[in-house]
Amino acid sequence: MTSLDRWLSNAAAILLALLWVLPLIYAIWTAIHPAAYEARFVLTAPLSLENFVKAWDAAPFARYFLNTFILVTTILIGQFILCTLAAYAFARYRFPGRNILFTLVLLQLLVMPDILIVENYRMIRSLGLVDTISAIALPYIASGFGVFLIRQSFMTVPRELDDAARIEGAGALSILWRVYVPLAKPIYLAYGLVSVSHHWNNFLWPLIVTNSEETRPVTVGLSIFSTSDSGIEWSVINAATLMTSAPLLIAFLLFQRQFVQSFMRAGIK
Amino acid sequence: MTRRDWIHGWLLVLPAMAFLVLFTHLPAITTIWNSFFSTPRGRRPAMFVGLDNYERLLNDPIFWKVLTNNLWFALGTIPTSIALAIAMALFVNRRFMGRGFVRMAYFTPTVLPLIAVANIWLFFYTPGFGLIDQVIGLFGYGQTNLLGEPDTALAAIMVVTIWKEAGFFMIFYLAALQTIPPQLTEAARIEGANGWTIFRRITFPLLMPTTLFVSVNAVINSFRLVDHIFILTGGGPDNASSLLLFYIYETSFRFWDTAYGATLTVVMLALLCLLAIGQFFFFDRKVHYK
Amino acid sequence: MFAKFFQGAAMTAAMAIAGTLPAKATDLQFYFPVAVGGGAAETIESLTKEYMELNPGVNIDAVYAGSYQDTITKVITASRGGNAPQLSVALSVDMFTLIDEDLILPFDDFIKTEEDQAWLDSFYPAFMENSQTGGKTYGIPFQRSTPVLYWNKEAFAAAGLDPNTPPANWTEMVEMGKALTKRDANGNVLQWGVRIPTSGFPYWLFQGLTTQNDVILANSDGNQTNFDDPKVVEALEYLVSLSEEHGVMEPGIVEWGATPKAFFEGQTAMMWTTTGNLTNVRKNAPFDFGVAMLPANKRRGAPTGGGNFYLFKGTSDEQLSASVDFIKWITEPEQSAKWTMATGYVAPRPATWDTDTMKAYAKDFPPVLVARDQLEFAVAELSTYQNQRITRIFNDALAAAITGQKDPATALQEAQAQADAILKPYRVGQ
Repeated sequence: MTSLDRWLSNAAAILLALLWVLPLIYAIWTAIHPAAYEARFVLTAPLSLENFVKAWDAAPFARYFLNTFILVTTILIGQFILCTLAAYAFARYRFPGRNILFTLVLLQLLVMPDILIVENYRMIRSLGLVDTISAIALPYIASGFGVFLIRQSFMTVPRELDDAARIEGAGALSILWRVYVPLAKPIYLAYGLVSVSHHWNNFLWPLIVTNSEETRPVTVGLSIFSTSDSGIEWSVINAATLMTSAPLLIAFLLFQRQFVQSFMRAGIK
Repeated sequence: MTRRDWIHGWLLVLPAMAFLVLFTHLPAITTIWNSFFSTPRGRRPAMFVGLDNYERLLNDPIFWKVLTNNLWFALGTIPTSIALAIAMALFVNRRFMGRGFVRMAYFTPTVLPLIAVANIWLFFYTPGFGLIDQVIGLFGYGQTNLLGEPDTALAAIMVVTIWKEAGFFMIFYLAALQTIPPQLTEAARIEGANGWTIFRRITFPLLMPTTLFVSVNAVINSFRLVDHIFILTGGGPDNASSLLLFYIYETSFRFWDTAYGATLTVVMLALLCLLAIGQFFFFDRKVHYK
Repeated sequence: MFAKFFQGAAMTAAMAIAGTLPAKATDLQFYFPVAVGGGAAETIESLTKEYMELNPGVNIDAVYAGSYQDTITKVITASRGGNAPQLSVALSVDMFTLIDEDLILPFDDFIKTEEDQAWLDSFYPAFMENSQTGGKTYGIPFQRSTPVLYWNKEAFAAAGLDPNTPPANWTEMVEMGKALTKRDANGNVLQWGVRIPTSGFPYWLFQGLTTQNDVILANSDGNQTNFDDPKVVEALEYLVSLSEEHGVMEPGIVEWGATPKAFFEGQTAMMWTTTGNLTNVRKNAPFDFGVAMLPANKRRGAPTGGGNFYLFKGTSDEQLSASVDFIKWITEPEQSAKWTMATGYVAPRPATWDTDTMKAYAKDFPPVLVARDQLEFAVAELSTYQNQRITRIFNDALAAAITGQKDPATALQEAQAQADAILKPYRVGQ
């Protein structure tokens, strides 16, 4: 690559990055300036943290935050356990119906719960779970994507390790826990991050099944907060957006290297 | 295959299968079942109506409109976001000043909730004082109303979608790029191949499995990502930017016509199955030879 | 914190299981939308708190459910899920939908004394139009509004117009709009004359135009619309002509949410929006502004809008009487005055306007009286059975005409045909 090429492609990379980060920059701009500067970009605009205070006072974001946290954790733990067990079976066991079951699992890669909102709502209602955090989590607890990924990684575990543990008299679950899971750590990290960011930001399904402050996740809270019929207050909405996205943003900043590497090692490609 | 083995196998699969059946397979089947009934209203119970809902579907201009919109949406977002994702991955796969910032910038949309950033995009698109109009105003251009005109509303929605997706897909490509042995490209370079040839002949083919994986995701997302429509256009003007899932939501949860909502979902399922038949086999073959 | 959450979750679960069993007689759940920014939610909460202090036996859980659209969706979802709130504020126009879903109760069963009857009769008739059908009262007006015209006095002066005279009729609005529309050397618009937002729910402001053109959009039984009436077509032609012919309004769909900001930024010299925005405009407009009734054509006119209190089925008698008692209390002049001052909503009873607090407030800030005075000319907001769908059809037709996809007459005829098909079953046996 010539140095001109290199220079050009670096410039393109940075230009694209600026374009990509523009919404975030705008969010920060409006959040730290008074509302009058929402559409005026003068460097002498006074700074203020009032928007954060306003947003915090206007809606129970602490509660929404807690709801999202519980939701994301529940889903993640559920997915890890269920997907690990199923992935182990599909990777190492032969049993009748295995191929059909695996096809059924993969089917969920396409027919996601996000699409089946009408019937899933009916299902949740018949279980009497409307307006609970469990209702938001349940359809996502078993994930075809998770089973598939973890199975891929388990299949790369050498049989010999498995056999050695078996000879020592370890049971199936103990082998799974002591041999397979540790070797698949990167996939858990990668999958975990994808799952967390997906469910942190999920909107439609929680919108449908929640009715109250006690269950509403951050996304639904934000949407309710911003759709006031009187006019959009960008400064306050963006302050709220930043407050609620901060944990994920920071987590990504801290873990981005490990994140990419785990994807690499996980062999998601 | 011992008996104990298959009991174990079944037991291990059982919990995941139970949830999958309860929230994916069963609802998919009841969707089809309910599409043959009328919507129960407070005063009237559901009745078997045969193919009435499907007949209505065929005669529903809004259905055809959102379906066409959705196809354009898929065509417009999938290739663009994949191409951008590859470009981004290639950019940040090299060392240069500011790589950390660039990588973070590409990834921010994945971390920010679409429903919240939609408000920011709404400001960008606002006629007159919005960012786009302020910028083009500097060059002497007049006001635009991208969200308020039927010709541009869907495209404006697509831009937001691409912005949202490309950075996420980049991660997969980045991981894949890092597994390509540098010797391969080195050798090609020594033989005098230029950057484009190397990409076309070596890198891109090696990225093929990733492209498959990502494109499956992108296809699903083109049916699934409707959050921003709620804020940006509400599907307007006159359904010009409405997509199938958004229409399903409106029909089922605003108009409370759940039977017709189910009928629309059946169409969505059928479309996905068609894509599944196409893509799944391709995908599966790749998986096996790995 | 976790312990508390799980406790809460367990309680919710227990309540869900209990389902049909009546909860403690005096526990009330109350959904409310906040369509207007600012202190509205706080005011509701402080009012409920005040009520609970006065009535120690009653416990009211006020749940902020988002926009009107969200609230009605949530109310229906919750009721279908078997845990309806006892009372809710929801759009007055959703009355027929709620009746059709068999979710609400009329207030008539609770009107026992003469005093009660006097209370029911003490609301502005314009607001009651959307609250009664078939001789029964299903809604009690609470957070009601009506659209008004806001104008930028400085922009008027700069354009050589009298800053204290808003347009009185359609022709004047166009003429003034032309004077107010400023373009730069390239012909790019710097300031529009007028802004009538058309995103989301364009039918509402459009109903201002149809009323001024002396036509009613739907009958009071909610089963017959009038979309293809020549007068409706004429009103739509006028709306379209504002941008197409006269060039005084931004072409295309005009975003509702960005409208106040556009006004503050000097992007438009006049705007039509809800009186509920009054407090917002007063606080944020960096210039002197005026508020006027909407301009007249064949007559003066505007729709009413906003929310009513509804009572929900599946509630014990004790809860119902407690709910009615609370509604009576909160619509009393003193409370109602607080609410109006905090939000800009129109107090729904003349008595409120006679309180000393309101008189002092109106003296200090006369524009609040505009909405009240306009009530004399106001009509019921478009409301039918299957309201969400009917208004959606109508909105789509308006959008198609505004964006030039269809001509007004065709768009409205198609909309009428679609509405007829949906409403036909509701005409049988009535």
